[in-house]
Amino acid sequence: MNTHGIWAIYRFEMARALRTLWQSLVTPVLTTSLYFIVFGGAIGSRMQNVGGVDYGSFIVPGLIMLSLLTQSISNAAIGIYFPKFTGTIYELLSAPISAMEMVLGYVGAATTKSVLLGLIILATAAFFVPLRIEHPGAMIAFLLLTAIAFSLFGFIIGVWAGNFEQLNFVPALLITPLTFLGGAFYSIDMLPQPWRTVSLFNPVVYLVSGFRWSFFGKGDVAIGVSLGVTAGFLALCLVIIAWIFKTGWRLKN
Amino acid sequence: MTEPILTVAGVSKTYDSGTVALQPTDLAINRGEIFALLGPNGAGKTTLINIICGIVTPSSGTITVDGHDAIREMRQARRRIGLVPQELHVDMFETVLATVTFSRRLFGRSGHSDYIEQVLRDLSLWDKRKAKIMELSGGMKRRVLIAKALAHEPEILFLDEPTAGVDVALRRDMWKLVHKLRAGGTTIILTTHYIEEAEEMADRVGVINQGKLLLVDDKDALMQKLGKREMDITLSEPMADIPAALSEWDVSLAEDGRRLRYVFDATAERTGIPSLLRKLADLGIGFKDLETSKSSLEDIFVDLVADKVAA
Repeated sequence: MNTHGIWAIYRFEMARALRTLWQSLVTPVLTTSLYFIVFGGAIGSRMQNVGGVDYGSFIVPGLIMLSLLTQSISNAAIGIYFPKFTGTIYELLSAPISAMEMVLGYVGAATTKSVLLGLIILATAAFFVPLRIEHPGAMIAFLLLTAIAFSLFGFIIGVWAGNFEQLNFVPALLITPLTFLGGAFYSIDMLPQPWRTVSLFNPVVYLVSGFRWSFFGKGDVAIGVSLGVTAGFLALCLVIIAWIFKTGWRLKN
Repeated sequence: MTEPILTVAGVSKTYDSGTVALQPTDLAINRGEIFALLGPNGAGKTTLINIICGIVTPSSGTITVDGHDAIREMRQARRRIGLVPQELHVDMFETVLATVTFSRRLFGRSGHSDYIEQVLRDLSLWDKRKAKIMELSGGMKRRVLIAKALAHEPEILFLDEPTAGVDVALRRDMWKLVHKLRAGGTTIILTTHYIEEAEEMADRVGVINQGKLLLVDDKDALMQKLGKREMDITLSEPMADIPAALSEWDVSLAEDGRRLRYVFDATAERTGIPSLLRKLADLGIGFKDLETSKSSLEDIFVDLVADKVAA
Protein backbone atom coordinates (compact mmCIF):
# COMPACT_ATOMS: atom_id res chain seq x y z
CA MET A 1 0.00 0.00 0.00
CA ASN A 2 1.44 3.35 -1.04
CA THR A 3 0.43 5.35 2.05
CA HIS A 4 2.91 8.11 1.26
CA GLY A 5 1.27 8.50 -2.14
CA ILE A 6 -2.27 8.66 -0.73
CA TRP A 7 -1.07 11.17 1.87
CA ALA A 8 0.60 13.27 -0.83
CA ILE A 9 -2.61 13.57 -2.84
CA TYR A 10 -4.70 14.20 0.27
CA ARG A 11 -2.39 16.97 1.49
CA PHE A 12 -2.22 18.51 -1.97
CA GLU A 13 -6.00 18.67 -2.17
CA MET A 14 -6.38 20.06 1.34
CA ALA A 15 -3.72 22.67 0.62
CA ARG A 16 -5.69 23.72 -2.44
CA ALA A 17 -8.68 24.46 -0.19
CA LEU A 18 -6.48 26.32 2.31
CA ARG A 19 -5.31 28.66 -0.43
CA THR A 20 -8.93 29.74 -0.83
CA LEU A 21 -9.81 29.40 2.85
CA TRP A 22 -11.60 32.72 2.94
CA GLN A 23 -13.84 31.71 0.09
CA SER A 24 -14.29 28.18 1.44
CA LEU A 25 -15.52 29.52 4.78
CA VAL A 26 -17.32 32.72 4.02
CA THR A 27 -19.39 31.46 1.10
CA PRO A 28 -21.25 28.72 2.99
CA VAL A 29 -21.76 30.88 6.07
CA LEU A 30 -23.12 33.75 4.00
CA THR A 31 -25.31 31.52 1.82
CA THR A 32 -26.76 29.73 4.82
CA SER A 33 -27.47 33.02 6.58
CA LEU A 34 -29.30 34.28 3.49
CA TYR A 35 -31.43 31.13 3.34
CA PHE A 36 -32.40 31.60 6.98
CA ILE A 37 -33.21 35.23 6.54
CA VAL A 38 -35.39 34.52 3.50
CA PHE A 39 -36.91 31.12 4.26
CA GLY A 40 -36.62 31.09 8.02
CA GLY A 41 -37.36 34.72 8.85
CA ALA A 42 -39.41 36.21 6.03
CA ILE A 43 -41.37 33.24 4.72
CA GLY A 44 -41.01 30.76 7.58
CA SER A 45 -42.83 33.02 10.02
CA ARG A 46 -45.94 32.70 7.84
CA MET A 47 -45.60 28.93 7.50
CA GLN A 48 -47.14 26.32 9.71
CA ASN A 49 -45.00 23.76 11.43
CA VAL A 50 -44.00 20.86 9.23
CA GLY A 51 -44.78 17.61 11.04
CA GLY A 52 -44.45 19.32 14.38
CA VAL A 53 -41.11 20.90 13.52
CA ASP A 54 -40.67 24.65 13.26
CA TYR A 55 -40.10 25.52 9.57
CA GLY A 56 -36.76 27.22 10.19
CA SER A 57 -35.42 24.10 11.85
CA PHE A 58 -37.10 21.86 9.31
CA ILE A 59 -35.03 23.20 6.40
CA VAL A 60 -31.66 22.77 8.16
CA PRO A 61 -31.00 19.15 7.06
CA GLY A 62 -32.03 19.93 3.47
CA LEU A 63 -29.87 23.02 3.43
CA ILE A 64 -26.85 21.07 4.61
CA MET A 65 -27.56 18.37 2.02
CA LEU A 66 -27.81 20.95 -0.77
CA SER A 67 -24.29 22.24 -0.01
CA LEU A 68 -22.92 18.81 0.80
CA LEU A 69 -23.99 17.35 -2.53
CA THR A 70 -22.83 20.21 -4.74
CA GLN A 71 -19.57 20.77 -2.84
CA SER A 72 -18.66 17.07 -2.72
CA ILE A 73 -19.13 16.84 -6.46
CA SER A 74 -17.28 20.09 -7.24
CA ASN A 75 -14.37 19.38 -4.93
CA ALA A 76 -13.68 15.88 -6.18
CA ALA A 77 -14.41 16.78 -9.80
CA ILE A 78 -12.02 19.73 -9.86
CA GLY A 79 -9.43 17.69 -7.95
CA ILE A 80 -9.07 15.17 -10.76
CA TYR A 81 -10.09 17.44 -13.64
CA PHE A 82 -7.38 20.02 -12.95
CA PRO A 83 -4.42 17.65 -13.43
CA LYS A 84 -6.05 16.57 -16.68
CA PHE A 85 -6.42 20.20 -17.72
CA THR A 86 -2.88 21.29 -16.79
CA GLY A 87 -1.27 18.04 -17.94
CA THR A 88 0.20 17.18 -14.54
CA ILE A 89 -1.84 13.97 -14.67
CA TYR A 90 1.18 12.35 -16.33
CA GLU A 91 2.76 12.10 -12.91
CA LEU A 92 -0.24 10.43 -11.30
CA LEU A 93 -0.52 7.95 -14.13
CA SER A 94 3.16 7.02 -13.99
CA ALA A 95 3.33 6.74 -10.20
CA PRO A 96 3.34 3.43 -8.33
CA ILE A 97 -0.10 4.11 -6.95
CA SER A 98 -3.16 1.98 -7.51
CA ALA A 99 -6.48 3.31 -8.73
CA MET A 100 -8.10 2.83 -5.36
CA GLU A 101 -5.25 4.59 -3.58
CA MET A 102 -5.59 7.54 -5.93
CA VAL A 103 -9.35 7.63 -5.30
CA LEU A 104 -8.70 7.42 -1.56
CA GLY A 105 -6.53 10.53 -1.77
CA TYR A 106 -8.89 12.62 -3.90
CA VAL A 107 -12.19 11.40 -2.52
CA GLY A 108 -10.83 11.39 1.03
CA ALA A 109 -9.89 15.06 0.75
CA ALA A 110 -13.17 16.01 -0.96
CA THR A 111 -15.12 14.16 1.73
CA THR A 112 -13.18 15.87 4.52
CA LYS A 113 -13.87 19.27 3.03
CA SER A 114 -17.60 18.61 2.52
CA VAL A 115 -18.09 17.21 6.00
CA LEU A 116 -16.34 20.23 7.50
CA LEU A 117 -18.54 22.44 5.36
CA GLY A 118 -21.64 20.58 6.55
CA LEU A 119 -20.62 21.14 10.14
CA ILE A 120 -19.96 24.85 9.49
CA ILE A 121 -23.44 25.22 8.02
CA LEU A 122 -24.89 23.35 10.97
CA ALA A 123 -23.11 25.69 13.38
CA THR A 124 -24.30 28.73 11.41
CA ALA A 125 -27.86 27.40 11.48
CA ALA A 126 -27.67 27.06 15.26
CA PHE A 127 -27.39 30.86 15.43
CA PHE A 128 -30.73 31.32 13.69
CA VAL A 129 -32.98 28.48 14.78
CA PRO A 130 -33.32 26.11 17.72
CA LEU A 131 -31.81 22.78 16.75
CA ARG A 132 -32.24 19.34 18.17
CA ILE A 133 -30.47 16.28 16.85
CA GLU A 134 -32.15 13.10 17.98
CA HIS A 135 -29.65 10.67 16.50
CA PRO A 136 -26.25 12.44 16.42
CA GLY A 137 -24.42 9.21 15.57
CA ALA A 138 -26.70 8.56 12.61
CA MET A 139 -26.44 12.22 11.61
CA ILE A 140 -22.63 12.02 11.39
CA ALA A 141 -22.81 8.64 9.64
CA PHE A 142 -25.25 10.00 7.06
CA LEU A 143 -23.14 13.09 6.55
CA LEU A 144 -20.08 10.93 5.93
CA LEU A 145 -21.80 8.36 3.73
CA THR A 146 -23.38 11.05 1.54
CA ALA A 147 -20.15 13.02 1.30
CA ILE A 148 -18.22 9.91 0.27
CA ALA A 149 -20.85 8.80 -2.26
CA PHE A 150 -21.05 12.22 -3.92
CA SER A 151 -17.31 12.78 -3.85
CA LEU A 152 -16.99 9.49 -5.72
CA PHE A 153 -19.64 10.74 -8.13
CA GLY A 154 -17.71 14.01 -8.48
CA PHE A 155 -14.54 12.09 -9.23
CA ILE A 156 -16.36 10.36 -12.10
CA ILE A 157 -17.61 13.73 -13.38
CA GLY A 158 -14.06 15.09 -13.21
CA VAL A 159 -12.72 12.19 -15.23
CA TRP A 160 -15.56 12.48 -17.72
CA ALA A 161 -15.48 16.25 -18.17
CA GLY A 162 -13.70 17.50 -21.26
CA ASN A 163 -14.01 21.20 -20.39
CA PHE A 164 -15.09 23.52 -17.62
CA GLU A 165 -18.69 23.74 -18.88
CA GLN A 166 -19.13 20.01 -18.56
CA LEU A 167 -17.48 20.18 -15.15
CA ASN A 168 -20.13 22.58 -13.89
CA PHE A 169 -22.97 21.01 -15.82
CA VAL A 170 -23.86 18.23 -13.43
CA PRO A 171 -23.75 20.15 -10.13
CA ALA A 172 -25.58 23.16 -11.55
CA LEU A 173 -28.11 21.57 -13.87
CA LEU A 174 -28.73 18.22 -12.24
CA ILE A 175 -27.93 18.24 -8.54
CA THR A 176 -29.29 21.68 -7.61
CA PRO A 177 -32.73 21.08 -9.22
CA LEU A 178 -32.91 17.56 -7.83
CA THR A 179 -32.13 18.88 -4.35
CA PHE A 180 -34.68 21.71 -4.56
CA LEU A 181 -37.27 19.19 -5.78
CA GLY A 182 -36.00 16.58 -3.34
CA GLY A 183 -37.70 17.98 -0.29
CA ALA A 184 -34.92 20.25 0.92
CA PHE A 185 -37.44 22.97 1.75
CA TYR A 186 -40.63 20.95 2.14
CA SER A 187 -41.90 17.54 3.04
CA ILE A 188 -42.99 15.63 -0.05
CA ASP A 189 -46.23 14.90 1.82
CA MET A 190 -47.08 18.55 1.11
CA LEU A 191 -47.07 17.85 -2.65
CA PRO A 192 -50.23 17.00 -4.58
CA GLN A 193 -50.35 13.78 -6.53
CA PRO A 194 -48.88 12.79 -8.99
CA TRP A 195 -45.87 14.87 -7.91
CA ARG A 196 -45.55 12.99 -4.66
CA THR A 197 -45.07 9.70 -6.54
CA VAL A 198 -42.80 11.33 -9.13
CA SER A 199 -40.64 12.62 -6.28
CA LEU A 200 -39.97 9.06 -5.16
CA PHE A 201 -37.89 8.62 -8.33
CA ASN A 202 -35.63 11.45 -7.21
CA PRO A 203 -32.73 9.87 -5.31
CA VAL A 204 -32.08 13.09 -3.40
CA VAL A 205 -35.44 12.63 -1.64
CA TYR A 206 -33.98 9.60 0.12
CA LEU A 207 -30.84 11.46 1.16
CA VAL A 208 -32.69 14.46 2.56
CA SER A 209 -35.28 12.26 4.22
CA GLY A 210 -32.70 10.05 5.92
CA PHE A 211 -30.69 13.03 7.06
CA ARG A 212 -33.80 14.74 8.39
CA TRP A 213 -34.72 11.57 10.25
CA SER A 214 -31.41 11.76 12.13
CA PHE A 215 -32.41 15.26 13.29
CA PHE A 216 -36.12 14.94 14.05
CA GLY A 217 -36.75 11.20 14.21
CA LYS A 218 -39.00 11.20 11.15
CA GLY A 219 -38.57 11.46 7.41
CA ASP A 220 -40.58 11.11 4.20
CA VAL A 221 -39.40 7.55 3.66
CA ALA A 222 -38.21 4.86 6.05
CA ILE A 223 -34.64 5.32 7.30
CA GLY A 224 -33.67 1.83 6.07
CA VAL A 225 -34.71 2.74 2.54
CA SER A 226 -32.75 6.00 2.74
CA LEU A 227 -29.65 4.15 3.89
CA GLY A 228 -30.10 1.51 1.20
CA VAL A 229 -30.39 4.08 -1.60
CA THR A 230 -27.35 6.02 -0.37
CA ALA A 231 -25.22 2.89 0.01
CA GLY A 232 -26.43 1.64 -3.37
CA PHE A 233 -25.40 4.89 -5.04
CA LEU A 234 -22.01 4.71 -3.35
CA ALA A 235 -21.52 1.14 -4.58
CA LEU A 236 -22.54 2.11 -8.11
CA CYS A 237 -19.97 4.91 -8.16
CA LEU A 238 -17.28 2.51 -6.95
CA VAL A 239 -18.10 0.10 -9.77
CA ILE A 240 -17.92 2.89 -12.37
CA ILE A 241 -14.57 4.09 -10.99
CA ALA A 242 -13.17 0.55 -11.04
CA TRP A 243 -14.24 0.34 -14.69
CA ILE A 244 -12.65 3.73 -15.49
CA PHE A 245 -9.28 2.64 -14.18
CA LYS A 246 -9.51 -0.78 -15.75
CA THR A 247 -10.12 0.66 -19.20
CA GLY A 248 -8.22 3.93 -18.76
CA TRP A 249 -11.31 5.73 -20.04
CA ARG A 250 -10.66 9.47 -20.47
CA LEU A 251 -7.48 9.12 -18.41
CA LYS A 252 -5.18 7.21 -20.72
CA ASN A 253 -5.54 7.73 -24.44
CA MET B 1 26.62 -9.36 -20.45
CA THR B 2 24.35 -8.36 -17.58
CA GLU B 3 20.58 -8.43 -17.78
CA PRO B 4 19.08 -5.35 -19.42
CA ILE B 5 17.43 -3.01 -16.93
CA LEU B 6 14.52 -2.44 -19.28
CA THR B 7 13.07 -4.78 -21.87
CA VAL B 8 10.36 -3.84 -24.33
CA ALA B 9 8.90 -6.80 -26.20
CA GLY B 10 6.43 -6.54 -29.06
CA VAL B 11 5.00 -3.27 -27.77
CA SER B 12 2.69 -1.47 -30.19
CA LYS B 13 0.05 1.22 -30.08
CA THR B 14 -2.90 1.71 -32.37
CA TYR B 15 -5.31 4.44 -31.33
CA ASP B 16 -9.07 3.94 -31.48
CA SER B 17 -9.11 6.20 -34.49
CA GLY B 18 -7.04 3.58 -36.29
CA THR B 19 -3.83 5.64 -36.26
CA VAL B 20 -0.82 3.42 -35.75
CA ALA B 21 1.45 5.39 -33.42
CA LEU B 22 3.88 2.59 -32.79
CA GLN B 23 4.48 -0.62 -34.68
CA PRO B 24 5.47 -3.72 -32.67
CA THR B 25 8.77 -2.74 -31.07
CA ASP B 26 11.50 -4.67 -29.28
CA LEU B 27 14.13 -2.82 -27.32
CA ALA B 28 16.55 -3.65 -24.51
CA ILE B 29 18.21 -0.95 -22.45
CA ASN B 30 21.45 -1.76 -20.65
CA ARG B 31 21.98 -0.85 -17.03
CA GLY B 32 23.75 2.47 -16.64
CA GLU B 33 23.78 3.51 -20.27
CA ILE B 34 22.55 6.67 -21.93
CA PHE B 35 20.23 5.75 -24.73
CA ALA B 36 18.96 8.29 -27.22
CA LEU B 37 15.79 7.75 -29.15
CA LEU B 38 16.24 9.81 -32.26
CA GLY B 39 13.47 10.73 -34.63
CA PRO B 40 11.51 13.59 -36.13
CA ASN B 41 8.40 15.02 -34.47
CA GLY B 42 5.53 12.57 -34.53
CA ALA B 43 7.82 9.57 -35.01
CA GLY B 44 6.47 7.72 -31.97
CA LYS B 45 9.19 8.60 -29.46
CA THR B 46 6.82 10.02 -26.86
CA THR B 47 4.32 7.22 -27.43
CA LEU B 48 6.98 4.62 -26.68
CA ILE B 49 8.13 6.48 -23.56
CA ASN B 50 4.58 7.04 -22.34
CA ILE B 51 3.79 3.37 -22.75
CA ILE B 52 6.85 2.37 -20.72
CA CYS B 53 5.93 4.87 -18.00
CA GLY B 54 2.30 3.73 -17.81
CA ILE B 55 0.66 6.83 -19.23
CA VAL B 56 -0.51 5.18 -22.42
CA THR B 57 -1.91 1.65 -22.51
CA PRO B 58 -0.18 -0.39 -25.21
CA SER B 59 -2.21 -2.32 -27.76
CA SER B 60 0.16 -5.26 -27.43
CA GLY B 61 3.44 -6.34 -25.88
CA THR B 62 5.12 -6.52 -22.51
CA ILE B 63 7.55 -4.31 -20.60
CA THR B 64 9.94 -5.57 -17.95
CA VAL B 65 11.69 -3.14 -15.62
CA ASP B 66 14.60 -4.64 -13.70
CA GLY B 67 12.90 -8.04 -13.77
CA HIS B 68 9.44 -6.70 -12.87
CA ASP B 69 6.54 -6.82 -15.27
CA ALA B 70 5.26 -3.27 -15.73
CA ILE B 71 1.63 -4.30 -15.29
CA ARG B 72 1.61 -7.26 -12.92
CA GLU B 73 4.28 -5.76 -10.68
CA MET B 74 3.36 -2.16 -11.34
CA ARG B 75 4.70 -0.80 -8.04
CA GLN B 76 8.16 -2.32 -8.25
CA ALA B 77 8.46 -1.37 -11.90
CA ARG B 78 7.27 2.24 -11.59
CA ARG B 79 9.23 3.03 -8.45
CA ARG B 80 12.37 2.58 -10.55
CA ILE B 81 11.31 5.06 -13.22
CA GLY B 82 11.32 8.84 -13.34
CA LEU B 83 9.86 10.80 -16.24
CA VAL B 84 10.52 14.34 -17.39
CA PRO B 85 7.77 15.14 -19.88
CA GLN B 86 8.25 17.22 -22.97
CA GLU B 87 5.65 19.84 -22.10
CA LEU B 88 5.90 22.10 -19.06
CA HIS B 89 3.20 20.39 -17.01
CA VAL B 90 3.49 21.93 -13.54
CA ASP B 91 1.19 23.11 -10.78
CA MET B 92 1.49 26.86 -11.11
CA PHE B 93 0.29 27.67 -7.58
CA GLU B 94 2.60 25.31 -5.74
CA THR B 95 6.05 26.15 -4.43
CA VAL B 96 9.09 24.38 -5.81
CA LEU B 97 9.79 22.52 -2.59
CA ALA B 98 6.14 21.48 -2.14
CA THR B 99 5.79 20.09 -5.63
CA VAL B 100 9.06 18.16 -5.47
CA THR B 101 8.13 16.74 -2.05
CA PHE B 102 4.74 15.80 -3.49
CA SER B 103 6.43 13.81 -6.25
CA ARG B 104 8.66 11.99 -3.79
CA ARG B 105 5.68 10.99 -1.66
CA LEU B 106 3.57 10.04 -4.65
CA PHE B 107 6.21 7.50 -5.58
CA GLY B 108 5.98 5.96 -2.14
CA ARG B 109 8.80 7.60 -0.22
CA SER B 110 8.75 9.65 2.95
CA GLY B 111 8.72 13.38 2.25
CA HIS B 112 11.47 14.16 4.73
CA SER B 113 14.81 13.68 3.13
CA ASP B 114 18.12 15.39 2.57
CA TYR B 115 17.97 13.94 -0.90
CA ILE B 116 15.45 16.57 -2.02
CA GLU B 117 17.81 19.33 -0.93
CA GLN B 118 20.61 17.66 -2.86
CA VAL B 119 18.53 17.44 -6.03
CA LEU B 120 17.40 21.06 -5.73
CA ARG B 121 20.96 22.23 -5.18
CA ASP B 122 22.21 20.21 -8.15
CA LEU B 123 19.62 21.90 -10.32
CA SER B 124 20.30 25.38 -8.90
CA LEU B 125 16.77 25.46 -7.51
CA TRP B 126 17.50 25.54 -3.80
CA ASP B 127 17.38 29.33 -3.61
CA LYS B 128 14.03 29.24 -5.38
CA ARG B 129 12.52 26.49 -3.25
CA LYS B 130 9.94 28.81 -1.68
CA ALA B 131 9.00 30.47 -4.95
CA LYS B 132 5.69 29.68 -6.60
CA ILE B 133 6.22 27.86 -9.87
CA MET B 134 4.24 30.49 -11.78
CA GLU B 135 6.96 33.00 -10.86
CA LEU B 136 9.70 30.95 -12.54
CA SER B 137 11.04 31.25 -16.08
CA GLY B 138 10.48 28.49 -18.61
CA GLY B 139 13.98 27.12 -18.10
CA MET B 140 13.50 27.05 -14.35
CA LYS B 141 10.18 25.25 -14.75
CA ARG B 142 11.95 22.61 -16.77
CA ARG B 143 14.46 22.20 -13.95
CA VAL B 144 11.55 21.76 -11.55
CA LEU B 145 10.21 18.96 -13.75
CA ILE B 146 13.60 17.26 -13.64
CA ALA B 147 13.74 17.64 -9.85
CA LYS B 148 10.26 16.09 -9.62
CA ALA B 149 11.32 13.16 -11.77
CA LEU B 150 14.44 12.59 -9.66
CA ALA B 151 12.73 13.14 -6.30
CA HIS B 152 12.09 9.45 -5.62
CA GLU B 153 15.63 8.37 -6.56
CA PRO B 154 14.74 6.43 -9.72
CA GLU B 155 17.15 4.05 -11.41
CA ILE B 156 15.90 4.90 -14.87
CA LEU B 157 15.30 8.46 -15.96
CA PHE B 158 13.32 9.31 -19.08
CA LEU B 159 13.92 12.71 -20.60
CA ASP B 160 11.41 13.49 -23.32
CA GLU B 161 12.94 16.16 -25.55
CA PRO B 162 14.90 17.66 -22.64
CA THR B 163 16.35 20.52 -24.63
CA ALA B 164 13.50 21.42 -26.94
CA GLY B 165 13.03 25.18 -26.69
CA VAL B 166 15.78 25.49 -24.09
CA ASP B 167 18.53 28.10 -24.23
CA VAL B 168 22.15 27.19 -24.72
CA ALA B 169 23.16 27.61 -21.07
CA LEU B 170 20.44 25.35 -19.81
CA ARG B 171 21.16 22.83 -22.53
CA ARG B 172 24.79 22.66 -21.39
CA ASP B 173 23.64 22.32 -17.77
CA MET B 174 21.28 19.58 -18.79
CA TRP B 175 24.01 17.65 -20.55
CA LYS B 176 26.27 18.05 -17.50
CA LEU B 177 23.53 16.80 -15.23
CA VAL B 178 22.88 13.79 -17.44
CA HIS B 179 26.53 12.84 -17.32
CA LYS B 180 26.59 13.30 -13.57
CA LEU B 181 23.54 11.10 -13.12
CA ARG B 182 25.05 8.45 -15.30
CA ALA B 183 28.22 8.55 -13.25
CA GLY B 184 25.98 7.88 -10.24
CA GLY B 185 24.61 4.77 -11.94
CA THR B 186 21.31 6.08 -13.33
CA THR B 187 20.21 4.70 -16.66
CA ILE B 188 19.04 7.48 -18.94
CA ILE B 189 16.76 7.32 -21.92
CA LEU B 190 16.19 10.53 -23.81
CA THR B 191 14.34 11.43 -26.93
CA THR B 192 15.55 14.09 -29.26
CA HIS B 193 15.29 15.27 -32.79
CA TYR B 194 18.71 16.90 -32.64
CA ILE B 195 21.37 14.56 -33.91
CA GLU B 196 24.02 16.64 -32.08
CA GLU B 197 22.31 15.90 -28.83
CA ALA B 198 22.31 12.18 -29.44
CA GLU B 199 25.91 12.44 -30.49
CA GLU B 200 26.95 14.51 -27.48
CA MET B 201 25.24 12.43 -24.84
CA ALA B 202 24.36 8.92 -25.87
CA ASP B 203 26.16 5.60 -25.70
CA ARG B 204 23.65 4.01 -28.01
CA VAL B 205 21.11 5.45 -30.38
CA GLY B 206 17.82 4.11 -31.62
CA VAL B 207 16.39 5.69 -34.74
CA ILE B 208 12.63 5.82 -34.96
CA ASN B 209 10.42 7.13 -37.73
CA GLN B 210 6.72 6.79 -38.51
CA GLY B 211 6.16 4.52 -35.52
CA LYS B 212 8.89 2.12 -36.51
CA LEU B 213 12.18 1.58 -34.69
CA LEU B 214 14.46 1.44 -37.70
CA LEU B 215 17.71 0.53 -36.01
CA VAL B 216 19.55 0.47 -32.71
CA ASP B 217 23.29 0.80 -32.68
CA ASP B 218 26.29 2.10 -30.76
CA LYS B 219 26.50 5.79 -31.33
CA ASP B 220 29.97 5.71 -32.85
CA ALA B 221 29.03 2.95 -35.27
CA LEU B 222 25.87 4.78 -36.22
CA MET B 223 27.52 8.13 -36.72
CA GLN B 224 30.01 6.50 -39.00
CA LYS B 225 27.27 4.75 -40.90
CA LEU B 226 25.37 7.98 -41.23
CA GLY B 227 28.49 10.00 -41.77
CA LYS B 228 27.31 12.04 -44.67
CA ARG B 229 28.55 15.60 -44.38
CA GLU B 230 28.02 18.84 -46.18
CA MET B 231 30.50 21.54 -46.98
CA ASP B 232 29.18 25.01 -47.66
CA ILE B 233 31.45 27.28 -49.62
CA THR B 234 30.51 30.95 -49.48
CA LEU B 235 31.52 32.42 -52.82
CA SER B 236 33.07 35.84 -53.37
CA GLU B 237 30.90 36.37 -56.44
CA PRO B 238 27.45 34.79 -56.90
CA MET B 239 27.37 32.10 -59.54
CA ALA B 240 24.54 31.60 -62.02
CA ASP B 241 25.28 28.01 -63.01
CA ILE B 242 27.59 25.30 -61.84
CA PRO B 243 30.54 25.06 -64.24
CA ALA B 244 30.67 21.78 -66.13
CA ALA B 245 34.17 21.23 -64.81
CA LEU B 246 32.68 20.60 -61.35
CA SER B 247 30.31 17.88 -62.50
CA GLU B 248 32.37 15.09 -60.97
CA TRP B 249 31.58 16.44 -57.47
CA ASP B 250 28.12 16.30 -55.91
CA VAL B 251 27.68 20.05 -55.74
CA SER B 252 24.65 22.32 -55.80
CA LEU B 253 24.02 26.04 -55.54
CA ALA B 254 22.20 27.64 -52.64
CA GLU B 255 21.16 31.15 -51.59
CA ASP B 256 20.86 32.55 -55.13
CA GLY B 257 24.24 31.27 -56.11
CA ARG B 258 26.11 32.76 -53.21
CA ARG B 259 26.88 29.37 -51.75
CA LEU B 260 28.17 26.19 -53.25
CA ARG B 261 27.14 23.09 -51.32
CA TYR B 262 29.16 19.91 -51.59
CA VAL B 263 27.84 16.66 -50.08
CA PHE B 264 30.48 14.08 -49.27
CA ASP B 265 31.02 10.92 -47.32
CA ALA B 266 33.19 11.68 -44.30
CA THR B 267 33.98 8.02 -43.79
CA ALA B 268 35.25 7.48 -47.33
CA GLU B 269 38.98 7.27 -47.92
CA ARG B 270 38.89 10.23 -50.24
CA THR B 271 36.46 12.98 -49.36
CA GLY B 272 37.09 14.86 -52.56
CA ILE B 273 37.55 18.12 -50.66
CA PRO B 274 41.19 18.90 -51.59
CA SER B 275 40.62 18.19 -55.26
CA LEU B 276 37.45 20.27 -55.30
CA LEU B 277 39.23 23.23 -53.71
CA ARG B 278 42.09 22.91 -56.20
CA LYS B 279 39.62 22.84 -59.05
CA LEU B 280 37.91 25.98 -57.73
CA ALA B 281 41.29 27.70 -57.63
CA ASP B 282 42.03 26.57 -61.18
CA LEU B 283 38.73 27.99 -62.36
CA GLY B 284 39.43 31.25 -60.55
CA ILE B 285 36.39 30.95 -58.32
CA GLY B 286 37.08 32.83 -55.09
CA PHE B 287 35.44 32.08 -51.77
CA LYS B 288 35.20 33.80 -48.43
CA ASP B 289 34.22 31.01 -46.07
CA LEU B 290 34.16 27.28 -45.68
CA GLU B 291 31.91 25.37 -43.36
CA THR B 292 31.28 21.67 -42.99
CA SER B 293 28.34 20.19 -41.17
CA LYS B 294 26.75 16.83 -40.67
CA SER B 295 23.82 16.07 -42.83
CA SER B 296 20.49 16.81 -41.28
CA LEU B 297 18.39 14.19 -39.58
CA GLU B 298 16.00 14.32 -42.47
CA ASP B 299 18.75 13.29 -44.88
CA ILE B 300 19.63 10.45 -42.54
CA PHE B 301 16.09 9.18 -42.60
CA VAL B 302 15.98 9.37 -46.33
CA ASP B 303 19.15 7.30 -46.38
CA LEU B 304 17.87 4.83 -43.82
CA VAL B 305 14.58 4.30 -45.51
CA ALA B 306 16.28 4.01 -48.89
CA ASP B 307 18.64 1.42 -47.42
CA LYS B 308 15.76 -0.60 -46.05
CA VAL B 309 14.05 -0.53 -49.39
CA ALA B 310 17.24 -1.50 -51.20
CA ALA B 311 17.87 -4.35 -48.74
